[in-house]
Amino acid sequence: MKKSHLLILAVIAVAISILVTTAGDVSQYVSFKEARELAAEGNAAKVHVVGRLPRDPQKNIMGLEYNPTLDPNYFAFTLVDTNRLAQRVVYFNPKPQDFDKSEQVVITGSMRNDVFVADKILLKCPSKYVEKDIKGATAMR
Amino acid sequence: MNTFIGDVGHLSVIVAFVAAIVATYAYYQAARGRALGDAEPAWLRLARGAFFVHGAAVVAVIVSLFGIIYGHRYEYYYAWSHSSNHLPVYYMISCFWEGQEGSFLLWIFWHVLLGGIIIRFNRQWEAPVMAVFAGVQLFLTSMILGVVVLNVKIGSSPFILLRDFLTDAPVFRLNPNFIPKDGTGLNPLLQNYWMVIHPPTLFLGFALTLVPFAFAIAGLWKNELTKWVKPAITWSLVGGAVLGVGIMMGAYWAYETLNFGGYWNWDPVENAVYIPWLVLVAGLHALVLWQRRRTGLRTAFVLVITTFLLILYATFLTRSGVLGNASVHSFTDLGLSGQLLIYLGAFVVLAIALLVVKWKTIPVSEKELTTYNPELWVFVGATVLCLGAFQVLVTTSIPVYNAFLGFIGIKSNLALPADQIAHYTKFQLWMGVAVALVSGIAQLMWWQRNDKETVSNAFTVPGILTLLGAALVILLVRFFGLKMSPTYIVLLTTGMFGVLANLSMILVLLKRRVSLSGGAVAHIGIALMLLGVLASAGYSNIISQNSSGLVYSKDFPEDINRDNVLLWRNEAAPMKDYDVTYTGQYLDVPGVPGYVNKDLLFRTDDEYKALARGDVKRGDRVYYKAGDTLEIRPEDTYYRVEYKNRKSGEAFTLYPRAQVNEEMGGLLASPDIKQFLSHDIYSHISTVPDPSKEKEWSEVKEHQLSVGDTIYLNDYFAVLRAIEPAQKSATAGLGLGPKDVAIQGDIIVHGEKKQYHVHPVFVVRNNLIGRVPDEVEDLGLRVSFNNVDPNTKKFTFGVSTTQKDYIILKAVEKPFINLLWSGTLLMALGFGIALVQRSRENRKPSAKPVAAARKRPVQVA
Repeated sequence: MKKSHLLILAVIAVAISILVTTAGDVSQYVSFKEARELAAEGNAAKVHVVGRLPRDPQKNIMGLEYNPTLDPNYFAFTLVDTNRLAQRVVYFNPKPQDFDKSEQVVITGSMRNDVFVADKILLKCPSKYVEKDIKGATAMR
Repeated sequence: MNTFIGDVGHLSVIVAFVAAIVATYAYYQAARGRALGDAEPAWLRLARGAFFVHGAAVVAVIVSLFGIIYGHRYEYYYAWSHSSNHLPVYYMISCFWEGQEGSFLLWIFWHVLLGGIIIRFNRQWEAPVMAVFAGVQLFLTSMILGVVVLNVKIGSSPFILLRDFLTDAPVFRLNPNFIPKDGTGLNPLLQNYWMVIHPPTLFLGFALTLVPFAFAIAGLWKNELTKWVKPAITWSLVGGAVLGVGIMMGAYWAYETLNFGGYWNWDPVENAVYIPWLVLVAGLHALVLWQRRRTGLRTAFVLVITTFLLILYATFLTRSGVLGNASVHSFTDLGLSGQLLIYLGAFVVLAIALLVVKWKTIPVSEKELTTYNPELWVFVGATVLCLGAFQVLVTTSIPVYNAFLGFIGIKSNLALPADQIAHYTKFQLWMGVAVALVSGIAQLMWWQRNDKETVSNAFTVPGILTLLGAALVILLVRFFGLKMSPTYIVLLTTGMFGVLANLSMILVLLKRRVSLSGGAVAHIGIALMLLGVLASAGYSNIISQNSSGLVYSKDFPEDINRDNVLLWRNEAAPMKDYDVTYTGQYLDVPGVPGYVNKDLLFRTDDEYKALARGDVKRGDRVYYKAGDTLEIRPEDTYYRVEYKNRKSGEAFTLYPRAQVNEEMGGLLASPDIKQFLSHDIYSHISTVPDPSKEKEWSEVKEHQLSVGDTIYLNDYFAVLRAIEPAQKSATAGLGLGPKDVAIQGDIIVHGEKKQYHVHPVFVVRNNLIGRVPDEVEDLGLRVSFNNVDPNTKKFTFGVSTTQKDYIILKAVEKPFINLLWSGTLLMALGFGIALVQRSRENRKPSAKPVAAARKRPVQVA
């Protein structure tokens, strides 16, 4: 066998192992129900959950818990997933500053006992990059 | 309302587009059916003229757009959404390319410039190469065309008027000629000097990948399958250097401005540029292999073409909106996905078809490579780079799979790996190991005739030094109480081998000719970068770990890092080896070095103006006297944090920045970094008390005092020193007449560190009483001067208190991060040396003609 053939075989082997490992690392968007089932099976893999924050009639977010003077690294909130299942989420980091405004929240992490421990929070804010409103649009010229 | 400048701009875009079509067709006709260098003169003249018109039109577009931004013409959407009145000129330049359209323009502009250089200096290649160039320009200008044909919108014009963009805004129904007074401003994260120079560098890098691609296509087309290599190497060298430096500039910007705690986040936008750069470098090696050793031509063709196609794919990824949730900083979706796909598809199909048709005619080497051939090791290195690129590509494209499966009707919920850093590291670390190792091996063997003896001679010294050095480092790491995993040991050893092997080659080359050492220098740079990444990422050390926080639930295993510390104002807190104190909020005052304490500034109704409450001075020089009006940058607050090392006594101050920004949502924090030779101390604000909420003050407590009386205010000892006429700065905004009276109490409060003068003001204006309370943010104290009793000479003060100010801080130590930056510079230097060497060779008459190589079915690698 020629060296070039060996090299080609090695390349193919590495490429396949990259694909297989990546397939193993890929995460999923799941609901809290599935996340609970995964945890119950003993599967500690981190998952993505998309949800919304429950608001009272005055549009205030319900169930936020952050008291920096007691513990700056503990932030807890309730997230309602797309199937309307509510779940308590804990995030061992300071509360993201734009949290109150976000419409949609994507969290990654996994269930531990009864709470979802998030290690990343991605916020979708309304019109984060595209400006849609004109402020102070009263001054005519 | 000035629609003229926009019309000029828009018309120029259309002219540029049409001229690109003409140039493409004419260059194609000039080159068609004719040998290289023998273009049809009439068509060539037309093509050149069309390209010149195209270039002039592009410049006109840029001038118009910049004129709109510079002139604050907010009737245009682009100026309104990317700029604002208070933006300095150098940031107006970054406004220009903040939007998609502007960044397309930048790219188009570089192509025009590079095209001009080719027309001027590569006459022989002009027609076929420029046909490709003009074709690319045709697609790019179509992206900013902004024309609707048969109900299909082609491109997004940067010259759209605000009223045409916000058609639903009620204000335009009332007054179609409404012009906002101010723009919404540049994204504050982009208000950084790197954002002035990083995008042009990166887009120049993008543009430079087109040149070798165009030469490769021209070579295939005109059956000049070997001659294209020479110009392609030169341009690939320039492209590799510029793109590499551009990527690292972006990394440095992220390190300095964003607060994810590092320089590289494996964000799809970063990956999209990293992938083509790896392939470009691999392609460069293949080109050199052909140029010097007459092997690897097919590989060179494939890689050079792939590089450009990957740039197009990157463009599609970052600009089509397909990344969606996956990236934090891709461009806004302008609805160009269809157009981008056509652009990508056209070049993929064209290039690959041409390559397939001509594949059999591309010469290959007859040599069978053995382990004693350095060519083999260069091949292995190029292959490793390609595999590394392939791995990043597979993962980065996950959102594309979802979109594609959704398109054909299959619901897919794949997400990027939850721990991206671990995912990428597990592959890229080994790519680094292989690159460092193979670059050393190939470089040692490249310049000599190899057999068992010479190889073992060449490898002995660097090999022994590597083992000794690695052992020493491992011992030192252990000595400092840190662990080193076997993987890290492997990376360390190979990294050191990469440095030492290439260094020993440089020492040999110094005797021959220094200018030959470009490759070795660049390789040392890469190996140093790897070592820098290993040290700074593998051993980054969070010094703000919190041990005092309450444990909320005992159910959790304590594997959770509590990485942030709360610092009360003026109270030192221990953090690892440091005592850290937060000492107040500061603002940037243009013209004054450093930052100015907010306590020294009396804010006015104009956000951008303040009055000095005391002298603003640095050393002996007084910049502003008390009472002067000074200009401030109100957006950014700098939080002064003092670090003092308990062991060495060494002290320094950092000013991490935070900006309250409603549009971006909340607080944008940027770190401040103290750089030492051996490590950086990196710290950023995580949270501050919500500045949009009013402070909660305690109920006012009244105190009756005579001059000289002492009291305790919020637990601080205080004295009423005097009652005196009020300072001008405190009453300037009240509009007092000559008969009015303003007095102030001077209360000295003894704080933890210093004394504070509190000056509540009591005003009698037109027989009406007014009060201006004074606040000491440091102490959480507010005092108002409530009343004067002239008979008893007693004065009444109202005192209320609030929670003291605090910040929540994260601080990280990054060891030896300077290796990464200095490695980058060395890499760029290596590219530079190689370019100098190449231009010297090119000036000499061309070497012996290429020996005709026979075809062979299987080519090496």
